[in-house]
Amino acid sequence: MSTSKQTADAIIVGGGLHGCATALYLAMRGVNCAVLEKDYVGRHASGVNAGGVRRLGRALPEVPLADTALSIWRNIEDLIDDDCGFKSLGQVKVAENNAELSALKNRAKTVQDIGFLHEEIIDQKQLRELLPAVASHCIGGLYVNGDGHANPYRTVTAFKRKAISMGVRIFEKTPVTEIVRHGKNWQVKSPSKKIEAPIIVNCAGAWGGSIAAQLGDYAPVEAQALMLMITARMPHFVKPVVGSQGRTLSFKQFDNGTVMMGGAYQGSAEPEQNNTHLSFNGLAKNARAATAIFPIMRQATIVRSWAGIEGVMPDNIPVIGAGSADGVYHAFGFSAHGFALGPLVGKIITDLIDGGDIELPIDAFRIRRFSQNKDI
Amino acid sequence: MKDHYDIAIIGTGPAGMAAATVASAHGADVLIVDEQPEVGGQIYRGITHQSIKDKTILGDDYYKGQSLADAFAASNADHVSGATIWQVSPEREIGISKDGAAHLLTADQVIIATGAQERPFPIPGWTLPGVMTAGSAQILLKSSGITFSNAVFAGTGPLLYLIAYQYLKAGVPIRAILDTTPKSNRLKALPHLPGALFHLSSIMKGRKWIKALKSSGTLFIEGIDNLKITGKDSTEAIEYLLQNKWHRIEASNVFLHQGVVPNVNLAMASGCIHHWNEQKLCWHASTDEWGSSNVPGISIAGDGGGIGGAIAAEYQGRIAAYQALYTTNKVKKQERDTNVLPAQHALTHEMRIRPFLDAMFRPATQYRIPTDDATIVCRCEEVTAGKIRESISLGCAGPNQLKGFTRCGMGPCQGRFCSLSVSELIAKAQNVSVNELEQLRLRPPVKPLMLAELANLTTLASEDT
Ligand SMILES: Cc1cc2nc3c(=O)[nH]c(=O)nc-3n(C[C@H](O)[C@H](O)[C@H](O)COP(=O)(O)OP(=O)(O)OC[C@H]3O[C@@H](n4cnc5c(N)ncnc54)[C@H](O)[C@@H]3O)c2cc1C
Repeated sequence: MSTSKQTADAIIVGGGLHGCATALYLAMRGVNCAVLEKDYVGRHASGVNAGGVRRLGRALPEVPLADTALSIWRNIEDLIDDDCGFKSLGQVKVAENNAELSALKNRAKTVQDIGFLHEEIIDQKQLRELLPAVASHCIGGLYVNGDGHANPYRTVTAFKRKAISMGVRIFEKTPVTEIVRHGKNWQVKSPSKKIEAPIIVNCAGAWGGSIAAQLGDYAPVEAQALMLMITARMPHFVKPVVGSQGRTLSFKQFDNGTVMMGGAYQGSAEPEQNNTHLSFNGLAKNARAATAIFPIMRQATIVRSWAGIEGVMPDNIPVIGAGSADGVYHAFGFSAHGFALGPLVGKIITDLIDGGDIELPIDAFRIRRFSQNKDI
Repeated sequence: MKDHYDIAIIGTGPAGMAAATVASAHGADVLIVDEQPEVGGQIYRGITHQSIKDKTILGDDYYKGQSLADAFAASNADHVSGATIWQVSPEREIGISKDGAAHLLTADQVIIATGAQERPFPIPGWTLPGVMTAGSAQILLKSSGITFSNAVFAGTGPLLYLIAYQYLKAGVPIRAILDTTPKSNRLKALPHLPGALFHLSSIMKGRKWIKALKSSGTLFIEGIDNLKITGKDSTEAIEYLLQNKWHRIEASNVFLHQGVVPNVNLAMASGCIHHWNEQKLCWHASTDEWGSSNVPGISIAGDGGGIGGAIAAEYQGRIAAYQALYTTNKVKKQERDTNVLPAQHALTHEMRIRPFLDAMFRPATQYRIPTDDATIVCRCEEVTAGKIRESISLGCAGPNQLKGFTRCGMGPCQGRFCSLSVSELIAKAQNVSVNELEQLRLRPPVKPLMLAELANLTTLASEDT
């Protein structure tokens, strides 16, 4: 490897889904970019997440983004020559009692009030039709037709391949250790590489806070270890992705019959060591939630569990937008639901860099919302 | 079972039994757990209730387990049999399932003594019904006296000859023995012969088995290549190349074996560092002279850390137990040192034969790294060698990425039966050593766990998610 100086039009820190997608969109506009990834592409959240692609239950500022992202997912093959295993089988959030159902009704109304009609209330009969295996006490739910899931590792790898085919240089095992201003450029250093460009995009996920700090911005990102578990093959009993209003749960069955469960139950994370530890107390809660909604799960056998390191912001929505210094852009801290936005955010960043119009409202995601930044 | 023990031992083979006996004799509160209903591990399986009357069938080495098992039975260690250990966390939180209920308990010291498993033998047809490992055939013999007439034994290694010999002694007809030991091994083993001569009796024993097999009139064929098993829905024949000519032997049972390797999954998932041993072609735990790993309070004894055989395992169990006793202030340094000294000497002696055995019975590359693209490597997810090579060409750099590409190693066995083949296959395709690859990341549950058990898990401490 050479330590000789290299240049680019834009440097992207982090080879997760957002880093790779940003590089691809930039390259499609003729921008010469380099992605620096400390491990390998998809090693962290982007490669090991639950693959959920949902509009259902999004924080309000994210609703328009999730809606636009879904339209890209529907034709993802046109963009990156791979269908990413995307399946649009709907997502549903189950209510177990009247209080939960009325909370869901309020939610649906709030979303309708901002102009989106995708979240619809379903009654007990419709719920049964949708989820024949659901526990008999469940009385209804909130349903979004068209939501679904995709294969995360395959997705991030497809973005990587497409980006490379468009001329993007991706450097793996290349940790960014220092960023300094060098004239009009940002000079980015790594033990094996030194590279500079006028534009830098921080797509460093759970590590985004320290990259932001080196670029003069403040963001209180917490690195969390989110856990998932998967069962041995079972007979097919559920098609949509299922959540719960009263419990923390995310639940889906794959074509091969295995069932994946999660819901942001946390283990412990050591982001500096790339390490995570599982908490069986948390997984036990996850198991209780799953068996409560689907009694058939009592027969399930867990064969694997794991955790991925995700950057979570205090208000549970990401940082997307320009930084305070020239040429700095951020897209990180997706707070456990950034996979679904993967094919979109890079496009927004590219539009920002291009100086063009941003059709979607992104003000809520500005980095200056955190107190230590001088808000304007 | 209590919520906490001074010392918890996983596995009731020679290492585990020896460790438990020593530890409880010195007043430690000891838990010892195994999946099997009876003590003995693989080597002494069925030792406490052996139904085979004729002691010459299983042989003297087997009955050496008797005194070990007797001493263990007389100890006051808490013995939980028929239980699954699905995790040992770096904090030594142990997850156990027994009779449909899961428990979490803790221990100050954990000794992992999970023993050996047979090396995978990925050749065409190895997943057909009717094919099993020679070790499994031996388990059936030891634990219930079950045998199969006219089976073909194929492979290499002392255990293969021993089991065939035990079949011979039991009067069960053998269709053929196909020896895959590469001819060139002899020459490579020669420099290690002096060390092995300290164990002349073991070597003579091995020769005796082979001689007896040959002189019994059993078909014994050496120097074969391109072994494969054929059949439509189950095993019909085994085929091979001998002096450039294809041969075919009809058989409905084939016993494959090409050596044993440490069973590392539990220790790896606990965070114990392992390295690739190129002489032994498998993962070895990186431990110190006491068997202690990098994870505080977790040590590894017996074949689970590196293959040494039953006698060595027993010594390693004693050594690990004394160190655990010392660390928990149950014995003084002086007492530990005087007690382990004989075991340490004996262990060094035991190990002298290993380099010779490793070189002599080093399995051929063609039977470790499948050349035929259609050969299955990952049985759980039915991933073929071809599929793996294709993923590598798409940029898949190691076994962890391979999971994302192909689900290889993600089935119920968690890579237990494929990770060696996968690692070697990837390393070969990339022309690097296995040590340069990222290791397969293993996670609990190391063994499948019922969701209903997990849901009812008795929680240790209140913890919020
Ligand atoms: C278990 C789990 C389940 C999830 N389920 C879902 C779901 O169902 N649906 C959904 O929409 N989202 C889900 N998410 C969230 C989603 O995975 C993430 O929001 C998304 O992948 C974030 O992508 P990213 O590119 O920002 O981050 P990452 O994938 O974390 O990528 C950031 C990259 O930056 C690299 N990096 C960091 N610092 C440096 C440095 N100094 N130098 C070089 N490189 C650096 C890191 O190595 C990393 O590869 C889940 C997350 C987890 C962990």
